[in-house]
Amino acid sequence: MSGEHGEPRLRRRRLDVAGGRVDMSHGAGGRASAQLIDEIFRDAFSNEWLAQGNDQAAFRVDLPPGARMVMATDAHVITPLFFPGGDIGALSVHGTINDVAVGGAVPLHLAATFVIEEGFPLADLKRIAESMGRAAREAGVAIVTGDTKVVERGKADGVFITTTGIGIVPPGIELGGDRAKPGDVVLLSGSIGDHGVAIMASRENLGFETAVVSDSAALHRLTAAMVAAGGTGLRLMRDPTRGGLAATLNEIAHQSKVGIRIREDDVPVAPQVAAACELLGLDPLNVANEGKLVAVVAAERAEAVLAAMRADPNGIRAVAIGEVIEDDRFFVQMTTAFGGGRIVDWLAGEQLPRIC
Amino acid sequence: MCLAIPALVHELLPDGMAKVGLDGVLKEISTALVPNVAVGDYVVVHVGYALTRIDAAEAERTLALLAEAGAHA
Amino acid sequence: MKHVDEYRNGALARSIAATIAREADPARLYRFMEFCGGHTHAISRYGLEDLLPENVRLIHGPGCPVCVLPVGRIDEAIGLARHPKVTLCTYADLMRVPASGGSSLIRAKAEGCDVRMVYSTLDALRIAEAEPDREVVFLAIGFETTTPPTALAIRAAEARGLANFSVFSNHVLTPSAIRAILEAPKTGRLPPVALEGFIGPAHVSVVIGWKPYEVFATEFGQRIVVSGFEPLDVMQSVLMLVRQVNEGRTEVENQYVRAVVPEGNRAAIELVDEIFELRDAFEWRGLGSIPHSALKLREKYARFDAERRFTIPPSAAKDNPACECGLILTGAKLPADCRLFGTVCSPETPMGSCMVSSEGACAAHWTYGRFRDRARRAATTRGGAA
Repeated sequence: MSGEHGEPRLRRRRLDVAGGRVDMSHGAGGRASAQLIDEIFRDAFSNEWLAQGNDQAAFRVDLPPGARMVMATDAHVITPLFFPGGDIGALSVHGTINDVAVGGAVPLHLAATFVIEEGFPLADLKRIAESMGRAAREAGVAIVTGDTKVVERGKADGVFITTTGIGIVPPGIELGGDRAKPGDVVLLSGSIGDHGVAIMASRENLGFETAVVSDSAALHRLTAAMVAAGGTGLRLMRDPTRGGLAATLNEIAHQSKVGIRIREDDVPVAPQVAAACELLGLDPLNVANEGKLVAVVAAERAEAVLAAMRADPNGIRAVAIGEVIEDDRFFVQMTTAFGGGRIVDWLAGEQLPRIC
Repeated sequence: MCLAIPALVHELLPDGMAKVGLDGVLKEISTALVPNVAVGDYVVVHVGYALTRIDAAEAERTLALLAEAGAHA
Repeated sequence: MKHVDEYRNGALARSIAATIAREADPARLYRFMEFCGGHTHAISRYGLEDLLPENVRLIHGPGCPVCVLPVGRIDEAIGLARHPKVTLCTYADLMRVPASGGSSLIRAKAEGCDVRMVYSTLDALRIAEAEPDREVVFLAIGFETTTPPTALAIRAAEARGLANFSVFSNHVLTPSAIRAILEAPKTGRLPPVALEGFIGPAHVSVVIGWKPYEVFATEFGQRIVVSGFEPLDVMQSVLMLVRQVNEGRTEVENQYVRAVVPEGNRAAIELVDEIFELRDAFEWRGLGSIPHSALKLREKYARFDAERRFTIPPSAAKDNPACECGLILTGAKLPADCRLFGTVCSPETPMGSCMVSSEGACAAHWTYGRFRDRARRAATTRGGAA
């Protein structure tokens, strides 16, 4: 977020945050761009690296011997931008922190890029930036560099935010989607479907109201506790975002070339989430989450990891939901509440409400 | 076909509409197909319309029959 | 969820399954077709097949309106959506249904057509009111359950003087399809089906009642138990059918008494009758042309009929000849018996009607039940060698 400062004695008007809108000049690299960065982002993100105003953030990393670095990036596009339990700003911080954290890493820094549609209200942009700053501070992570572009009206939907994060994996910890082994236990950090239902409820066209709020949260403290408790018995962690728990379990089964069997009775679903899914004809297993994770753990470490999860505010309702089994078809199966069996499949196409 | 779910009528609204609830999830629906809907009724909701009222007494009888069908197992 | 959770009690389902196993005669075969996709979904979703004895078999019928809508109608809907002034509104279920040439409504939308997903006909009306410069066409599908909401929308459009709202009707009729299946031996249009009974529609029967099925008991000697869509409803209905077979009865019975009365919802039936009339015949994907099996708008409501209002380029599309949907829909084959199943035909790239919606026999089997195929094949092979 490089910028220049104006003439010392020239008094410039501050941005009209209350009533103003982003226009093409805010992305043109001139004084207006610098002002947008100064008054919206630098304040909201305030940290020593950003304050230097360089095109890059320079920092030292002291890696212990055997430690590794991870890097993850995520583009955030969401309608609506503000929803019960969060907004695109906090979501873009949590999402990338979680992608770093489920690799077993301690998140270090974030970078953020904004693609803003011409005409976007400055008040909304400030609210989003402040939410990002707050989420980053709460997580103890800094947004150290970034970029802003403005595109003509109609060429974006409000604002798109891409965040990139780096983190450090402690020595001896190696997690990966290909490491699940038959006999391992599958753990889930809490109830599923809250984020997706909160988003759908806030879209006017579906016309229903709930008190469900998004579970958007940074999970790096939870993952650190799990890494400490699980040691080398922790095989992998993953956050079941788009596609829900079903997609994540299928990814793990395919990467590890195993089957997974879960128990329907053990998968927590909040009553309102279940009710909203009934109304819309959706399966909670396919509905998105933003503050939940799935872990695969060697059976002998499962109790210890579960206890560590339950000690963290984001894992209070953590449960064991099933086991890894041998299966050369890599099926994810579920024992239904009825004692019957079914496949838990990837969602075909986009998740849409059904009438039949 | 025909995804429909029983919901409780919370409030009658103008123009043959009603607010119904399902475990805390609220939705506005049309009651134009079911005469004399009252607050407290359970109606079967399909694509935003009530199709019928649930007969509570018959529901009790069905549940009793189900219990009987599962007995002596 | 009251009136829902009570009917999802797994322990009770297993007890009823035990009663079914005790009462079913091991020397007999009990083949019941659940007509509706709603039942197919419940059966697959809860794994009910695993609870039933081997000689009590459920055959997934054609009661999924998305599945039976022929490719040609989707082509025509896309043709409508291509009119520059048209905003095509439809239920989300139809968005991914394949049209000819690899197209679909979701692709047409990507190409710039104004296609919008709605949850209710009320939403389509709202769009027509809010955007008077657009020609809002509601792509209507569904059995008798979904027809009254379409009829109400037409009536509301008339009352509000909405000149820019019309309906592309694909509403179809359940009894006509059941008749086509039962008449298969006579007409030869479909493979003959060996069935001991039907699990009858739930919400279709809420609207039309159970009287329209009596003819199947009297004329064809069939058994029909109208059943709710919850898993315990299905289990109880199977038990009722088993008892009819054992006692030599061929009757229409009503398990879903909490929502279905003999004559149905009079107000809904009259409303539909006021606005719609029978088509001479309608094409069903997988089943072919069935006489008097669908509804079109009456002449009086012609101005709300998209088929009269727009020139729709006709489609000559045909089903994939290798697709065995017809045999599967009539219970003559199982999904895994089709050589397209799971090879070129999957929920991502459906070739035939049964794979299109999650309620179709093949999609339900793919999504929930395909783990059983290997064991079944092994059993068949062993049986063959013995």
